[in-house]
Amino acid sequence: MRNCLFGVLLFATQSVYAGEVNAAVAANFTAPAQQIAELFQKETGNTVKLSFGSTGKFYAQIKEGAPFDVLLAADDAIPQRLEKEGLAAANTSFVYALGKLVLWSAKPGFVDEKGAVLNTGSYNKIAFADPKLAPYGLAAQETLQSLKLWDKLQSRLVTGESIAQTYQFVATGNAELAFIALSQITKNGKVTEGSWWLVPANRYAPIRQAAVQLAAAKDKNAAGVFLNFLKRDKALEIIRSYGYGLP
Amino acid sequence: MHTFAPDDLQAVWLTLKLAATSTCLLLLIATPLAWWLAYSNKWYKGMLAAVVALPLVIPPTVLGFYLLLLMGPHGVVGELTTYLRLGRLPFTFAGLVAGSVLFSMPFAVQPIQNAFEAIGRRPLEVAATLRAGGWDRFLSVALPLARPGFLTAIILAFAHTVGEFGVVLMLGGNIGGETRVLSVVIYNHVEAMEYEAAHWLAGGMVLFSFIVLLALYLAGGKLWKGVR
Repeated sequence: MRNCLFGVLLFATQSVYAGEVNAAVAANFTAPAQQIAELFQKETGNTVKLSFGSTGKFYAQIKEGAPFDVLLAADDAIPQRLEKEGLAAANTSFVYALGKLVLWSAKPGFVDEKGAVLNTGSYNKIAFADPKLAPYGLAAQETLQSLKLWDKLQSRLVTGESIAQTYQFVATGNAELAFIALSQITKNGKVTEGSWWLVPANRYAPIRQAAVQLAAAKDKNAAGVFLNFLKRDKALEIIRSYGYGLP
Repeated sequence: MHTFAPDDLQAVWLTLKLAATSTCLLLLIATPLAWWLAYSNKWYKGMLAAVVALPLVIPPTVLGFYLLLLMGPHGVVGELTTYLRLGRLPFTFAGLVAGSVLFSMPFAVQPIQNAFEAIGRRPLEVAATLRAGGWDRFLSVALPLARPGFLTAIILAFAHTVGEFGVVLMLGGNIGGETRVLSVVIYNHVEAMEYEAAHWLAGGMVLFSFIVLLALYLAGGKLWKGVR
């Protein structure tokens, strides 16, 4: 009887405190975000509604009052900008994952472990994301520049508006090579398809994916709880399993 | 005063070229198709009409994705174009034209088909009793009477191609002077938070389109009256 009462009390307190978090999430973080949200709901009783899209689009929407509580961005520039413009709660932004760039081909054995395929030239197109729009695109540009291949390969470059689209170009075989995110081809900590070169981190500026609590939700308890949850070991484990580096 | 970047102007020109090319091709394909749909009694007529309308149902980016699959190295169309030594269509201007033609097909076929149907068989039969041959009946009876339908088809096909985004985005690969059209450029400006450049281009596009459409409708109104 006492246990039962306790259970009812627990349930009641939980439903009193249970909140709902509306999270805008960078498209590249879709799969880990879903898994983390599920775990978060199970552990805290709060619900998370996830919206996926490009960080630039979210910025425009947040500026016009979109009802998001937190933003998990694809870079750290936009969260900082939101803080500066007063659209995000001050000093809430932090890096939740480090993006890793890979050169990938859908064909097994096509890309060698050192990326020498870039020099051999027996491929049609290289897809990468627009450097102006996607951090992974900028990282790809920096990589090609540091390899002194940027000018030489201009005629072979095709641009996707996001890394999701870039992945489609290469997965359908229309481009034989693409610079994409390691997270896109990683499942359960492993890459199982195609062939790839993990670009050494010293070839590009770090892709620091930052999260921030938005100003409209600064008093919303559940939003802060969710952001803190991203720093917990269980969440970090999920983040790592999708091929991200940890901050 | 805002100055447009050379890249942006190149995209304007490319967009007009794409819309003009697609519209011309659409007229060539849609006219016989609409003629057949209007006058045929075949049992599979309804099926073909439904297929023509299908691009309206599929979200443009999804249609673009399937075109990318079809035209790619593992796709039927891709294998055909490679076999014919035409190379592959994605990431080329020709590929965009092919995508646009398919995507805008219902906008060209349906107004023309409706116009043919509105004319009905009778004027053509009368012309036949006056010994007009098939071509003659088409050129001097059906075509002038269907002029409003053609005008609508041209306007819709052209405008729809100018405003097209999803298919172009998926098939194009954003290559300057080849596949980077205006809609993609404006979208990229917005995504990159370069709102001023986006506003100017979008505003210019709307204004230009309004003027062209207005001119066409005014001219079309006169033509229509002339026929009647």
